[in-house]
Amino acid sequence: MHRMFSFSRLRWEEAGWAYIFLLPNLLLFSLFTVYPVLASFFYSLNKWTLHSPMEFLGLANYRALIQDPIFLKVFGNTLYYTAGVIPFQTALALLIALGLNQRIRFMVGYRALYFLPVVTSMVAVSIVWQWMYQPQYGVINSLLRIVGIEGPNWLFSKGWAMPSVIAMSIWKNVGYSVVLYLAALQSVPESFYESAMIDGANSWDKFWHITLPIISPTTFFIIVLSVIGSFQAFDQIYVLTQGGPARSTSVIVHYLYENGFQWFNMGYAAAIAYVLFALLFILTIIQWTQRARWVYGEE
Amino acid sequence: MALQTNQAVNVSSTTRPVGKTQAGGGLFAHLWLHILLSLGAILMVIPFIWMISTSFKELAQVFVYPPEWIPEPFIWENYPKAFTAVPFARWFLNSLFIGLFVTLGQLLTCSLAGFTFARMRFPGRNALFLLYLGTMMIPHHVTIIPVFVMMNALGLVDTFWPLIIPALVSAWGTFLFRQYFLTMPQELEDAAKIDGCSFFRIYSQIFMPLSKPILATLGVFTFMGSWNDFLGPLIFLQSKDNKTLPIGLLQFRADFQGMSNWPVMMAGVVISVLPVLIAFVIGQKYFVRGIALTGIKG
Repeated sequence: MHRMFSFSRLRWEEAGWAYIFLLPNLLLFSLFTVYPVLASFFYSLNKWTLHSPMEFLGLANYRALIQDPIFLKVFGNTLYYTAGVIPFQTALALLIALGLNQRIRFMVGYRALYFLPVVTSMVAVSIVWQWMYQPQYGVINSLLRIVGIEGPNWLFSKGWAMPSVIAMSIWKNVGYSVVLYLAALQSVPESFYESAMIDGANSWDKFWHITLPIISPTTFFIIVLSVIGSFQAFDQIYVLTQGGPARSTSVIVHYLYENGFQWFNMGYAAAIAYVLFALLFILTIIQWTQRARWVYGEE
Repeated sequence: MALQTNQAVNVSSTTRPVGKTQAGGGLFAHLWLHILLSLGAILMVIPFIWMISTSFKELAQVFVYPPEWIPEPFIWENYPKAFTAVPFARWFLNSLFIGLFVTLGQLLTCSLAGFTFARMRFPGRNALFLLYLGTMMIPHHVTIIPVFVMMNALGLVDTFWPLIIPALVSAWGTFLFRQYFLTMPQELEDAAKIDGCSFFRIYSQIFMPLSKPILATLGVFTFMGSWNDFLGPLIFLQSKDNKTLPIGLLQFRADFQGMSNWPVMMAGVVISVLPVLIAFVIGQKYFVRGIALTGIKG
């Protein structure tokens, strides 16, 4: 009886300490994550400009959003940006990682160079690229002129602004996927290749029938991460184009920023944030349910 | 999910240095590969070279065609010009202060909470942990609006606190520490308990000294995230002296762009990226390991 008592006293003591240890974390987490997630949803049901009293609208903000031509435009631009980034970035990253995985010398050095843009701030590299994209004296058009092409005014042309932003973003982020791919490639068991060699498989067979299926979870993971990241693109767009010209590069988060922090339409901005949240949620669900289709060994 | 993360941790810590089983061949056997990889690498560094090259040019040299990669003459004046035109030193210190504060705070709160979730039993543990996990996929933009409203009401806009206080905790960091502490053998803890160690001492004197790799990795990533953060400072900081480097750079650009003074602008950009580049060269393995850690394959 006495032992039972002391056991449960110890249990309660342990629980007490556990809550004390969690307290700082839990307090900040509740205040700056849990509460804001709920508050944001409440804001999205109101018309509120920070300086005026709140006016309850119900779902009117959401109804307004799906009829707002600017929102539809920035939504389309976000899809364009995502579709422009993902295939090229993923394919390039895989190619580079395959090259780096051939047990070559200077691998760490190469990897460092490919990774360099990832650690640099988006603002800094965007200013550099703005200078590179400069139409008369920028290095890109100067190099094009050598081969006799007169390059466009990249960031100020409606047709070229988005591809320019996409190209820079791929350059900035590809190293991240390279490192992920490299870790996956290094974990493919050597014995798989050896037995394939015995069966007379060539390099292409090995890549297509061994490497690609085995690293498919990584491919899946990279695409999920890149889609989530692309839907939240903002920094480079703010610095390079401010969403212009004529909103041709304005994306969801840029419109959210304008509404919330330039025009102080807090309710409308919160509704945009929730639509973004919902989109990412749906995308994640779709990707997970489709996962078994093309991730090897998960049928 | 838990299991696979442990794998990710293990993979990253045992990632072999390439070349252990390398069988000769060397440079020549891979000549084509080296040519291709070098071409790619050159494309990756061209923007940096162009940035550095421009920063040593006179304004007039910028308008020379074809562009010069090695400036002739080679001038240094843009650096003092950039440094004195705007308070770069101040911005640098601001970024450093915020980054260090956030990083130390996060390592402390996340490791303690991670330890608690992994090693202690208490009612509500699993539900609470699920709540942390559930918030990991919520985009930052959902929470930033109420946080702004809150900070505005408290009169903390245009101070560092809105960038520091909410960032002292992260669900991701808590999750990483929990996964890491779960992999540690139970005997470690039992021996200490028999000796009458309190939970706090087990955490601070047994588990923490064994967590150097994850402390370094999470530390590097948290600091880098804070140092390069853009949206937060853009929203919260206004006065010139309070800016961090990324938004300071925007102010700097606004001052010089009208004159198309690209050399001074590039000198400013070089000043702002140099600390991170140096940190990267020194600690490359922590950056790479951090990436592998985010490879939570779900």
